[in-house]
Amino acid sequence: MNQQLGELWRARHFIRTSIRNEFVSRVVRSRLGFLWIVLYPLAQVAIYAFVLSIVMAAKLPGLTTAYAYPIYLTAGILAWSLFAEIVSRSLNLYIENGNLLKKVVFPKLALPAIMTGSALLNNLLLLAAVLVIFAFLGHLPGAAIVWLPILMALLLVLALGVGLLLGLLNVFIRDIGQIVSIVLQFGFWLTPIVYNLELLSERYRHLLYLNPLTGIVQGYQDVLLYRQAPDLGVLIYPATCAAVSVVLAVWVYRRGIDDVVDVL
Amino acid sequence: MSWALKVDSVSKSFLRYRRESHRVLAWLGIRLGSVQQTQVLHDVTFALEPGEAVGLIGLNGAGKSTLLKIITGTLKPSAGQVAVNGRVAAILELGMGFNPELTGRQNVYHVAGLMGYAHAQIEGFIDEVHAFSELGDYFDQPVRVYSSGMQMRLAFSIATAERPEILIVDEALSVGDAYFQHKSFDRIRQFAREGTTLLLVSHDKQAIQSICTRAILLDHGRVAMEGAPDAVMDFYNAMLADHQDQQIAELPGHGGALLSGTGEATFTEAALHDARGQALEVVDVGQSVELRVSARCVAALPDLVLGFLIKDRYGQDVFGTNTRQLGQVRYEVPAGEALSWRFRFPANIGPGTYSITLALHSHAGHIERNYAWQERALMFEIVNRSQHEFSGVAWLKVESECETHHEC
Repeated sequence: MNQQLGELWRARHFIRTSIRNEFVSRVVRSRLGFLWIVLYPLAQVAIYAFVLSIVMAAKLPGLTTAYAYPIYLTAGILAWSLFAEIVSRSLNLYIENGNLLKKVVFPKLALPAIMTGSALLNNLLLLAAVLVIFAFLGHLPGAAIVWLPILMALLLVLALGVGLLLGLLNVFIRDIGQIVSIVLQFGFWLTPIVYNLELLSERYRHLLYLNPLTGIVQGYQDVLLYRQAPDLGVLIYPATCAAVSVVLAVWVYRRGIDDVVDVL
Repeated sequence: MSWALKVDSVSKSFLRYRRESHRVLAWLGIRLGSVQQTQVLHDVTFALEPGEAVGLIGLNGAGKSTLLKIITGTLKPSAGQVAVNGRVAAILELGMGFNPELTGRQNVYHVAGLMGYAHAQIEGFIDEVHAFSELGDYFDQPVRVYSSGMQMRLAFSIATAERPEILIVDEALSVGDAYFQHKSFDRIRQFAREGTTLLLVSHDKQAIQSICTRAILLDHGRVAMEGAPDAVMDFYNAMLADHQDQQIAELPGHGGALLSGTGEATFTEAALHDARGQALEVVDVGQSVELRVSARCVAALPDLVLGFLIKDRYGQDVFGTNTRQLGQVRYEVPAGEALSWRFRFPANIGPGTYSITLALHSHAGHIERNYAWQERALMFEIVNRSQHEFSGVAWLKVESECETHHEC
């Protein structure tokens, strides 16, 4: 593994230019360019805000601002879109690059590194756009924003662990790709993004805490909406899940990566 | 003893599980169901000395590609090991890793980066790549507007931007126009002169015989022979001939794709032999050969003519004749009669691959009553082993002399 990380470090320029290339090639041929990266999640926010604000607006406890619900939604979608992008792109990472893996010798870890960098770049652009909009709404997060990089890192590790584990298995058992796409759809609704946990009965609330994203999304909401530090107690479980998933992914990677090239 | 590349008892087998989930369980040490093992390489051992040019040959499916992937390192051997002394560059498939949206220049950075070159190194050779690829202004246009030949030129220029210690060349070079083919082969030869160890994988006998000092024949995943290119090529040709015999035996049932006609007569056998009656697949320029064709009449026929036509690989007619032109028409052939013909001629044609089309038809011509028509009934290759070098599809035995005149 150390040797792999060394290779990865030597390939850092390649990874950096690849991320840039991917970004450029996406932006260069459409007229609105990088706006699309930001517009899609913001459109999601607009739709949910429009449809659900009547039901939800009054029910976010302890808030006076009129834009509380859209901000709440945006915080959740910001977190969710990073997770969903990494997981869904990891799923087909090895399959899509099968030919390359079979015919060119290069550090294989560069593939997830490029994908992660690219997803992170998209998410940071979205964050920047979101902060600009929040500023217009007169709702900047304040000092609590120092927690955001930590939450983001936790989310990233969790997404990478889960994504790479499933992506490797997907090479062998292609059904996984299909199943995970569906699970992601459910996952969106099983995470308190458009609704608030306070609204649910005790029983369901405990069930939703089994979803490791719940704590992280609540952290995002704490920082961006309530301007307060996230509840660290809630983050222990997601952090444990992230650690376990990474350990599993590393184990499967070491076992399976040679088989991956055989099977592709 | 010094070596540049050492392949030490390498075996490779691919495992096929009844279900792929069994493979995942196998990582956990749980064995379920039957595992089908396909062994592609058996205990392959050889070594290349520094600066040597070695040809690797074998029929399709002999394991050449798998072996190359193991040497370059994309595949792991199931047993044994590969050791290399120096940087390996492989031209296995050109154009891998290109991003069509990026310009040629950006793609050089991208692909060379993928191959492990540092940014500064790439800056050092990018002008050279630009010049060698002869892309001109296209170099700063997106690769998606390139023709496949241009992509290939760029890819080759990147792959050979710096002289590697070991260069592995697959048949990739057969793409591109003739001019660039020559240019790329010149570069490969240049590398070899400067000390690069060369492993050339090809079906092209001339390429192997003209560049390599040694050849390795791979058959069914084993090293079948190793030695001087000529000797190995002869052995390979004999192997090909065996392979061909099998195909001839299968000829009657060869399927309708190639065979057309009324079916009133059918071919039973067709083969090319040398003067001693040995079956041939590779023929020397000018060698005497004998075409043997056997056929059987299914229905009684008023008259029967056999024709054959030699075509080059572009489908051009090189030579054709028939038994009417030769004055040997058979009349009133009863049903069930078996016939065989022999045509002897010198193969005065240029190097390349040729096919022979056979036709059985009536006296009037094959358009009117065509009993059986077999496209590409036979394939053979002409190589130039004994004559001076020449070009073209025909071989005209030329005798030349040159005189000098002195003004007194």
